[in-house]
Amino acid sequence: MIVAEPKPLAEVSELIGEARKILVVGCGGCVTVCLAGGEKETGILAASLRMLRKKEGKTLETLEVTLTRQCDPEYVQLLDKYVTEDVEGIVSLACGVGVQFLAERFNKWVVPALNTKFAGGAVEHGVWEERCGLCGECILHQTGGICPIIRCSKSLLNGPCGGSQGGKCEVNPDLPCAWQLIYDRLKALGKLDLLLEIRPPKDWSKARDGGPRKVVREDVRM
Amino acid sequence: MALMTESRLERLLSQGHFVVSGEIGPPKHTSPEGILHHAELLKDYVDAANLTDNQTAIVRMSSLAAAVHVLRAGVEPIMQMTVRDRNRIALQSDLLGAYSLGIRNVLCLTGDHQSFGNHPTAKNVHDVDSIQLIKIVKDMRDDRKFACGEEIKEHEPRFFIGAAANPFADPFEFRVLRLEKKIKAGADFIQTQCIFDMERFERFMALVRERGLHKKAYILAGVMPLKSAKAARYMQKSVAGMIVPEEIVARIEKASDPREEGVAICVEQIKHLRNIEGVAGVHIMAVMWEEIIPTIVKEAGLYPRPSVD
Repeated sequence: MIVAEPKPLAEVSELIGEARKILVVGCGGCVTVCLAGGEKETGILAASLRMLRKKEGKTLETLEVTLTRQCDPEYVQLLDKYVTEDVEGIVSLACGVGVQFLAERFNKWVVPALNTKFAGGAVEHGVWEERCGLCGECILHQTGGICPIIRCSKSLLNGPCGGSQGGKCEVNPDLPCAWQLIYDRLKALGKLDLLLEIRPPKDWSKARDGGPRKVVREDVRM
Repeated sequence: MALMTESRLERLLSQGHFVVSGEIGPPKHTSPEGILHHAELLKDYVDAANLTDNQTAIVRMSSLAAAVHVLRAGVEPIMQMTVRDRNRIALQSDLLGAYSLGIRNVLCLTGDHQSFGNHPTAKNVHDVDSIQLIKIVKDMRDDRKFACGEEIKEHEPRFFIGAAANPFADPFEFRVLRLEKKIKAGADFIQTQCIFDMERFERFMALVRERGLHKKAYILAGVMPLKSAKAARYMQKSVAGMIVPEEIVARIEKASDPREEGVAICVEQIKHLRNIEGVAGVHIMAVMWEEIIPTIVKEAGLYPRPSVD
């Protein structure tokens, strides 16, 4: 899932400026799971913003809606009836995708309430870790199911750099060396030969360097 | 064996000389005075000198420009090139430029992570890794091709290709296999990380010989004279990919003249390394202490240096 975390309240307050009525939109997808932008967090943020304004001697009207997903126009259009003339701003508690989908649909000032972090998962309650670099061309079959693109600080493809020691990355003693993990796993699986091949330079055009990427599936188009 | 390049280093190694290389760090400003001074100092004591490429990710004069300065001062440069800051386009462009200016040796490296340097928020490039860079330099030379496969119609760069190996990083056994990959990709010579743990290096070289790698590339063993107990402790505790045994730190701590002891240890190491089968030379990294290199070379019995002609 996409993992995000809330921006500080003061920052969101500043982003909405002098707006007197705002729509606060939660998302029922990934950010609900990672406890950053679901229905509960949407209610808390709206109430906190109102209280903050009250302390400043001003008023703020908030409308709160949580969509099933903000990354889907089918759900985003359900907001039409709430986005009235007098709504001066929209706060999105979705990842960066949701914020943009709202901005694309409504001619209003849309601001993010979250910082979108990465594609990852929960490793324990309250701790999420990045797992996928979204490089566009998965190589996990070459590396025993451990991603060097995102878990190696240098995204190396041909094994560990000279800074790997005692299983740790040179960048941080708490950070496991992805290539040590890959080596250990492939060794245990009897597949060390996979590491001996010289891997060619990666095609980064399938990653983030060619403008926004698009997936088109003719088989499911209507 | 026919020579592949015009490198003086290649010539000396192919003639069986036990070579000595040094290292010169480019300045954090535009004056070449300091590196020219070091070049003058090292000129008669090393066969070639590395010019580091923004080492520890701190902005310095480019290794390419610094290499040209020392070349003009009469020292054969080994231009270090990391893949941290340049993509495959910039790397190849600089290879063409460096060769046009007389540089004949290149050392292909990953590069220290930018978080160690003075621009920790920079984006690292790592478009290609060090092994891929080795192959790019080799393909430009031997196949006359750019990385994209396009032909280099004339005047291809013909570098003597170097790579690094770190016997003190982990996983230990894989270090030898990674060295083999570098040699397969096209490395002609290897410079190792500074050796303090001689027992581990011996084990590394045994594995290297087992796979016959010492016959496929020239291996230069890295050494570093330690200037003080503080420096020794720093290398032991704070430098990634380094192992400094306690007994070495203790020797310097107990010595009445730590500098003299540091030199003595380094000279002992060189004499020992010279007798290890498969070690073709030493690479002396006297970081911030370049002026000690002549003393070490003399005391190690490696002076005078051979002439190529």
